[in-house]
Amino acid sequence: MPEPVLEVTGLKKHFPVKKGILRRTVGQVLAVDGVSFAIGAGETLGLVGESGCGKTTVGRTVLRLIEPTAGTIRLEGQDITRLGKSEMRPHRRQMQIIFQDPFSSLNPRMRAGDIVAEPLKVHGESNREVRRERVAALFDRVGLRAAQMDAFPHQFSGGQRQRIGVARALALNPRLIVADEPVSALDVSIQAQVINLLMDLQRDLRLSYLFISHNLAVVEHISHRVAVMYLGRLVEYADKTTLFTRPLHPYTEALLAAVPVPDPATRREKIVVQGDVPSPLRPPPGCHFHTRCLYAEARCRTEVPALREIEPGHFAACHLR
Amino acid sequence: MTERVLEVDELQTVFYTRAGLVKAVDGVSFSLSRGETLAIVGESGCGKSVTALSLMRLIADPPGRIVGGSVRLAGADLVKLDEAAMRKIRGNRIAMIFQEPMTSLNPVMTIGRQISEALILHQEMSRNAALERTIRMLDVVGIPEPEQRAKEFPHQLSGGMRQRAMIAMALACNPEVLIADEPTSALDVTIQAQILEVIAKLRREFGTAVILITHDLGIVAETAERVIVMYAGRKVEEGSVVRVFADPQHPYTRGLINSIPRLGLIRNRADESSRRLQEIPGMVPALSNLPPGCTFAPRCTLASEICRREVPPFEEKIPGVFAACWHAGKVAAVANA
Repeated sequence: MPEPVLEVTGLKKHFPVKKGILRRTVGQVLAVDGVSFAIGAGETLGLVGESGCGKTTVGRTVLRLIEPTAGTIRLEGQDITRLGKSEMRPHRRQMQIIFQDPFSSLNPRMRAGDIVAEPLKVHGESNREVRRERVAALFDRVGLRAAQMDAFPHQFSGGQRQRIGVARALALNPRLIVADEPVSALDVSIQAQVINLLMDLQRDLRLSYLFISHNLAVVEHISHRVAVMYLGRLVEYADKTTLFTRPLHPYTEALLAAVPVPDPATRREKIVVQGDVPSPLRPPPGCHFHTRCLYAEARCRTEVPALREIEPGHFAACHLR
Repeated sequence: MTERVLEVDELQTVFYTRAGLVKAVDGVSFSLSRGETLAIVGESGCGKSVTALSLMRLIADPPGRIVGGSVRLAGADLVKLDEAAMRKIRGNRIAMIFQEPMTSLNPVMTIGRQISEALILHQEMSRNAALERTIRMLDVVGIPEPEQRAKEFPHQLSGGMRQRAMIAMALACNPEVLIADEPTSALDVTIQAQILEVIAKLRREFGTAVILITHDLGIVAETAERVIVMYAGRKVEEGSVVRVFADPQHPYTRGLINSIPRLGLIRNRADESSRRLQEIPGMVPALSNLPPGCTFAPRCTLASEICRREVPPFEEKIPGVFAACWHAGKVAAVANA
């Protein structure tokens, strides 16, 4: 395998829980608890899970927007986990983020063109004309008109704003883009436009995506490989076809069964998984999923299952597989 | 046809805004039978929620007002009722649940009191009888330890449990019609499946007719019998879910169905070109500035002169499917080409 663009090993992020006047630490939220994966050039890894499973924290930690508690992050072979602010700078060009909410992630008082030019400015492109030309090209690339560069964010629709976010992420020619629920806030007919744009850009620019979403159908559509998270841990990891046709982990199975299928001809009897996602403050011992699992046995309640390669390229963390 | 419980005829709701008159709901008609689930789908701003709020007479006036049409619930026209009479019906014979249960529950009142309140008010039950029925309802919607939960406050429940409590409250008085406005959009997918199951079960058990408002075509396909597709304040298509999904007559409906990625659909097709999702070009027009003629024409690949000039009539295109399109016959042909 050629060297991956991003390689994450044993990533952990624990947030302290503080209470009282003295702000004593009374507990830890294990938001990310030992996560490993790799993303190759031109590849999309889909990261799915329900709210509170830690998928957004993984995305931000990978970008070093949040400092990891443990583990290593390698970007194009180089360990960036402990780099200082200035050492980190050249690497920041290589990795960018697209946010979920195209309303709160754009400064309402900046013109669209200046928003997209900002990363260029920060990373030392001092010539205004050069910046403007580059921004015009980026606008064109994401399907906006260069004439719209002087408009403010509120003058754009949701889908167009998300295009501005994409253009900003592309400004520095990054290798890796973390897309955190990039289409969840958009209407269905606009979602397709943005998904197609992301896929076109990947094909043309050989971008790698860490695509974070709770929408399994979108993840299946855009990803090459998929990782499923539950309460801070990866429970399953495989190429997309394998994961969606032959899931091994009962949680993946339950997730897939829960997605409503837009085809009235295939109405299915569902296995509906019962119960709520437990609090990440007090996750259940052993396998985190055992409280909701149909197949749980005694050891699931005590022993943490390791993520094992059950068949080539297909990893799952379940005692029963 | 079974017993009709609700009949909506040419409903028109407008908002007076600084940008001018906004026709949020423009001549929407439909009927609902006992025990039936009718889905209303559409994107943000299509008027689906305003339709629901109009049925409940919950449109704030000003800026909004129901300016035309009728809403008949078992004979009475809700549009003409005064507020006092409407209060006797709202929550009693027609009830509604909302997307975000936390904002629609009273945070300083226990779950049990909130549900009992409706029963005491509408059914003139005693406090004890109301509490008893409340606990039974909490049990019916699948809340474990209902006696204990009835004493708790909304923030002590999870999102899924709160939505269950909302459903229990809405159904406590056994209404004829339940309006569910995006009831699961704020919930995780495994919890969503649980809630949809609860709604389906209650519909079977109590014969409640359900209006399900959603943007998720998957939910429509799995839970509703009939569907109405709305676009820019108007109904563009209506029919049985099976027929509409199999052979949509309006280009907007077809566009919506084709624009969503589906689990498993692309599994066997590896080449890049077939992996593209179909896009609907452009965006939803502003309601204050609608084009004349068909409101979808600016985004429609089939649009012709007449579409830009005249509003298409809403008529039966194939047996059981109604649509408002001048070129309905071409919709299927173009899509298959």
